Parts: sequence; structure tokens; C-alpha cells
Amino acid sequence: MTVYDITFYLFALITLGSAFFVVTIRNIVYSAFFLLFTLFGITGLYVLLSADFIAIVQLVVYVGGILVLLLFGVMLTHKITNVQIKSGTLQIIPSAIAVIVLAFALIKIFLSTNWKTFQLTAQNSSVQGLGVLLVNQYSVVFELLGILLLIALIGAASMARR
Amino acid sequence: MIYEYFSNLTGSEVLASIISAFLPLFLFILPFALIAVLLERKVSAHMQDRLGPMRVGYHGILQTIADILKLIQKEDIIADQNDKPLFNIAPVLVFAGSYAVFAAIPFSSSYLGSNIDLGLFFIVGISGLVVAGILMAGWASNNKYTLLGAMRSAAQLISYEIPTIMIVVTVLMVTGTLNLKEITELQSGYFWNWLIFGGNIAGIAKYLLIPFMFVGFVIIYISTLAEVNRTPFDIPEAESELVSGYHTEYSGMKFAMFFLAEYANMFAVSAIVVLLFFGGYHSPFGYLGNTLGLSWLVPIEQLFWFTFKGIGFVLVQMWLRWTLPRLRVDQLMAVCWKYLIPIAFVNLLIVGLITLL
Repeated sequence: MTVYDITFYLFALITLGSAFFVVTIRNIVYSAFFLLFTLFGITGLYVLLSADFIAIVQLVVYVGGILVLLLFGVMLTHKITNVQIKSGTLQIIPSAIAVIVLAFALIKIFLSTNWKTFQLTAQNSSVQGLGVLLVNQYSVVFELLGILLLIALIGAASMARR
Repeated sequence: MIYEYFSNLTGSEVLASIISAFLPLFLFILPFALIAVLLERKVSAHMQDRLGPMRVGYHGILQTIADILKLIQKEDIIADQNDKPLFNIAPVLVFAGSYAVFAAIPFSSSYLGSNIDLGLFFIVGISGLVVAGILMAGWASNNKYTLLGAMRSAAQLISYEIPTIMIVVTVLMVTGTLNLKEITELQSGYFWNWLIFGGNIAGIAKYLLIPFMFVGFVIIYISTLAEVNRTPFDIPEAESELVSGYHTEYSGMKFAMFFLAEYANMFAVSAIVVLLFFGGYHSPFGYLGNTLGLSWLVPIEQLFWFTFKGIGFVLVQMWLRWTLPRLRVDQLMAVCWKYLIPIAFVNLLIVGLITLL
């Protein structure tokens, strides 16, 4: 086991462990903070895959943006921590069937796919290639996404004014 | 860089990583915080015609060391209704966020934690951890003042991140790289090659760029000032309203960690301004080492110039703190959304047009 393997397992452990707590823990503020560690672990995994740009975008968008917004909502809601989250079990048999089928399908796909593997080489940075692709090959999609985000922004602002 | 050096010296990757990760803390942040805390008290005192700390050592120069000894001995108070796990994690998270920034800052051409290509973007991104840590501290303290302070702080950090990023993009269009070392190398030579003077570009574009670069510098300085919660943007810790904001409930070493993070942040944002607009570690007048033919002297001179410029901007932050009154919450948001962001966008457009020329 090299250092990189150990780091990978560490990040994987952080991601999976905190993701488990996000869904099981009763206190909603704790769930939100465990989500922080999940997202951070995913960032680490991206870095190990030498996807540096996506890793930092993950930090900016999810940790810096969405998670903080979520925490805002959770904390500003009055006495949200006193609410007991009811998570009982309903309809065990259909859900068990669905879960087993889904899990089976996923494992089957994992095993049967012919994965392409590359030798990991230290490359300079992925950002230049991404940028060139975005403004050449996918420029229409890129612009459309920009317009979509702008519309969402205007919509949010107009709803907030009411 | 520094990692490779230790890797060759010790022959072990793990050991090299650990040493190069701890080096900025003991070599730079702790001594800087020691000096800056004292400096803040002395600067504020002299601005108000007082003397400041005078008892410990000559003119009180050992005051901070005495303070640290006191903080170490203090009881670590955790109130009964505090949320203990989050209360204990929060200072670590805040400090980790502000310390991670130092991984990408080039102190001199031969001292740089990690020469990553996205250094500038990394610095902007990693500060999200600080916001989460502040919110955690505010909530876990179970106190309305801390919660209000944390909310204000997070709202302010998120809002002012936008003009900062706009200016970063503006600089990026001129330099064409996010690698902090390359940005610095583009500004080598004498001080008229600094980006605030239009950078190292030949022709008319350099002179056209100067006013817009200056506007960019003013905007990024204001918004980074707001990001470190300093006066006039210190409403998260407004003493007269909120006791002291999100770290009201903390005592002893945990309080010291918040304090250390704040001072580390102050230097970090000054370092960003220096790297983007004031030539990074480059000397404004050329190097003594080059003239004398002593090549080992150059990195040391660069380290000196970098810390000199950085501390210069920290001094300006202190100066502003003791000069300007605090903004109201609505004024704070108005400054950001109604003035800084539109100006930054127009600036971005114009700089883009000029670089096309």
C-alpha cells in the first residue's frame, strides 16, 4: 500500500461514513454538518483522480454555496432541532424488493462493464482543456446553461420581492 | 518546491509532506500573529494618542507572549447547553480553512507549498470551509448573539465573494493563468511591470489598462476587507451590538485559535492583493543578489519583499479599522450588490476588450 492508497481509503471512509450519518442521525443540524464532510471527502477523491478543476468547483459550489445556504435555512428556522424526525418503516416488502432489484442491477452493471483503465500520469491541469472544449465544441450548450442560470436568478429575485 | 527539497533530504514522502505542511505555521503564521496582535494594539493606541501596552518588556513588546501564556493557562469553559462536539470542532475547522490558503501562496521563488495550476482558484474555494466553521461555532454556542453574528458573517462572506471572484477573473484575462507563481513571474522586473501599472505588456494596451486595474485593486481590497470581517465591515463581531459575535462563548486556547485564524486570514487576503496587483514576491527595484552575483541571496530578498508588502497592507487594514465607523447591515449589502458588483462587471468587460486589442 502506497501513501496514495492510504489517502484514497481515508477519503473514501470520510465520504461513506459521513454520508451514512447524514441519513441516519436524528438531529437535522448534525446531518447538515455531516454533509459538509461528505462533500469534502468527494473533493479529496477528485483530487486523487487528478481532476483538479472539478475538485475546486466542488468546494466552491457545494461547500461554499449550497451547504452554507442549507445551514442558513436550518439555523434560521425557529426551533428546528426540537422537531423529532419521524423515520419509521412503511411498506417493507415492496421497498425491499425494489432495493434488491436495484442493487442487483447496479452490481451486474459494475461487473459486466468493460472499464477503460488509464495509467495515472501527472498532468499539468485539466482547466485549459476544459475551457477550450467549453467555448469551441460545446459553446451553444454552455451559453444555454448560462441563460438558464440567469432565468433562475431572475425568477428567484422576483419571488423574493413578493 | 519545498516538498521536493524535504523529500530529497529525508527520503520519505510522508515525512516530507508533514514537514512542509507544518512549516508555514511555525515559521510564519505564529510569529506573524505575535507581531500583528501587538502591532494592532500599538497602532490603535498611537492613532488615539495613547501609549498602548507599556509594562511587559521595552514599550510592551513582550505583551503578546504574556497574553499567550495567560490563554494557555485559562480554563476551557464549555457551557452546559452548548453543543459539545460541534463546539469543539468549530475552531479547528475555521483555522483549517484559513491555514489551507497558505499552501498555495508563493512566499518567494523557492518557497511555495504547492505549485498547483489553480492556485488562485483554490484560495477562493477553500474559504468556504471558514464560512461553515463560523456557522458551526455560532450555532453550537447556543446563544443568540453568536448565532446572529455567525449569520451576518456568513451572509457577508458569501456576498463579498462575488466581487472578489469578478476581479480575479479580470486579472485572469490579462495574465492567462491561475498559477500564482506564473502570475508573479509575469510581473518580474521593475515596479512598472506590476499588474496595477498594466503588467508586462508592450504597447498602448498597458497604458489603457492602468485605470481599470486600479479600479480592480480598490474593489478587491474592499471586498477582501469584508471577507476577513474587519472594520468598517465588522458587523459580525460588532461589540456594541453582539458582544463579540460568533466567538463570544469561547475561552482559552479555542478562542486563541479563532484569533490566530483571523490574523492568518488578514495576511492571506493581503497576500492575494499583493500577488495579483503588486508583483508578488518581486522586488520593485531589482535585486541586490543579482548585482553582487550572489544567487542565494535572491530568494531571501524575495521573502523579505513579499512579507514587507503583505504587512504593509495589513497595516492599512489596521489603519482603516481605527479610522472608519462601522456600516449598517443594509448599507453593507447595498455596497456589495449595488456598487461593487456592477462596477466589477463593467470593469471585467472593459478589460476584456482591451486585452482583445
